[in-house]
Amino acid sequence: MNWQAVKAIYRFEMSRSFRTLVQSIGAPVLTTSLYFVVFGSAIGSRMTQIGGIPYGAFIVPGLIMLSILTESVGNSSFGIYMPKWAGTIYELLSAPVSTPEILLGYVGAAASKSVMIGLIILATSTFFVPLQIQHPVWMVAFLLLTSVSFSLFGFMLGIWADSWEKLNVVPTLIVTPLTFLGGSFYSIDMLPPVWRTVTLFNPVVYLISGFRWSFYGLADVSLAVSLAFIGGFFLLCLAVISWMIRSGWRLKH
Amino acid sequence: MEPILSIRDLTKTYKGGHQALKSVSLDIRRGEIFALLGPNGAGKTTLIGITCGLVNPTSGTVLADGHDVVHDFRAARATIGLVPQELTTDAFETVWATVCFSRGLFGKQPDPALLERILRNLSLWEKKDSKIATLSGGMKRRVLIAKALSHEPRILFLDEPSAGVDVELRRDMWNVVRDLRDAGVTIILTTHYIEEAEEMADRIGVISRGELILVEEKASLMHKLGRKQLTLHLQDALHAIPQALEGYGLSLSPDGLSLVYSFENEGGRARITALLRQLNESGVAFRDLETSQSSLEEIFVSLVRGAA
Repeated sequence: MNWQAVKAIYRFEMSRSFRTLVQSIGAPVLTTSLYFVVFGSAIGSRMTQIGGIPYGAFIVPGLIMLSILTESVGNSSFGIYMPKWAGTIYELLSAPVSTPEILLGYVGAAASKSVMIGLIILATSTFFVPLQIQHPVWMVAFLLLTSVSFSLFGFMLGIWADSWEKLNVVPTLIVTPLTFLGGSFYSIDMLPPVWRTVTLFNPVVYLISGFRWSFYGLADVSLAVSLAFIGGFFLLCLAVISWMIRSGWRLKH
Repeated sequence: MEPILSIRDLTKTYKGGHQALKSVSLDIRRGEIFALLGPNGAGKTTLIGITCGLVNPTSGTVLADGHDVVHDFRAARATIGLVPQELTTDAFETVWATVCFSRGLFGKQPDPALLERILRNLSLWEKKDSKIATLSGGMKRRVLIAKALSHEPRILFLDEPSAGVDVELRRDMWNVVRDLRDAGVTIILTTHYIEEAEEMADRIGVISRGELILVEEKASLMHKLGRKQLTLHLQDALHAIPQALEGYGLSLSPDGLSLVYSFENEGGRARITALLRQLNESGVAFRDLETSQSSLEEIFVSLVRGAA
């Protein structure tokens, strides 16, 4: 293993976000606070409790997931698309690094940022609502697994994209809607039966459900299904990316 | 001695069907400066791209210091430094951060003293904390060279290093190249500037339309292909070349004041004495004479024309 390379890439990527600290961390914190104000306070005051949980507290896991998904995909796809676009990728391609090192560096950095942002949002939310975390270990496990998986997905997207428009289209048109409709702000039990069935095809439902369970012991789908889903998604992304890097698809001529 | 870079039957056909390399074989000797000359689109950058891992070969092999660049890429790439043609840099990084990154990427332990030496040699030390975006084009080129040298490569590729570079940088760069060669680094450069190859290279390869049409020691290439010209500046203008001088293939300038004798190196030289005697006998007086040798550029142009 070329650990020096992993360290170099990781540090390069992390320094990029610290250079833009306000944007990297300030923006998600502000957005989440706004969600709390709008959904938690304005709407939450008129909502009944969900499964015995006050509405404001109920949406916390969903909000964290919303940020993690967006941040993971955004950071990771940008991290690899930028050098591709600027041409600096030549150095990565000509370096003695293989797939695991590239992924540990880029995806590791993107996932680290997401976890950090997730924890900051978690801390922010304690200013607005009373929180309890029933299964902290599971909570961390879900946080990590989701961050890593969606950072892998973002990396895939960054390699695939050959224009800025393509880079933005998947997060905007697919990831964000799926997250909003995946039960961030409601329990899928609250939906009419037909829509409940439709929703079960949304992969994000399983992530949010499992994550919320780690907080309140309350889930829309079983924990095993949630875990199986996120584990499967992780492996799928890993397999696709390994092929992409090995073959040089959209990276080499 | 085993060549440091060994290219065998290398072929590259791009997706669109364009054949950029047609079975190229080439050995680069340890410690030499090799200049690869060729017009745009000849296949120079593709050749470098395959060797460095930027382009997948269609067929053929490349061994860098005995390591296959595809199957044993880790060992092969660790020996190679690349200075690309385009000025591609991370605009928002500082010079220092970017050379540290390059060294790490190639698996080397940090060595600030070495990096400082490299930056000083390239007159970049004062700029080490500047963001790359704020540097001039010439400075960016220096940064790219510093990045390539940061991991102490045994083979250095310079792809069109002088494109858009000022005189000062060119001088600095060639000083660095000479130092590297003295330290045992093998240097392969591609260039349009033939005087550069003429000045720096030990051997020269000419590539045209994906084929390596010639590889030769620079000196012997110049010797073999170089045509010489003897120009005689006459005292009085001539209207025509005197009959007695017809066998020499002379040409007379339009003003009739100079006679030019072109000759290949070996046989032609022997006839100079006879020519001068004939001139004397014909009563043609000259006030000055000069000889010139065709430059590599002229040789190159005639070679590429011949191959086309």
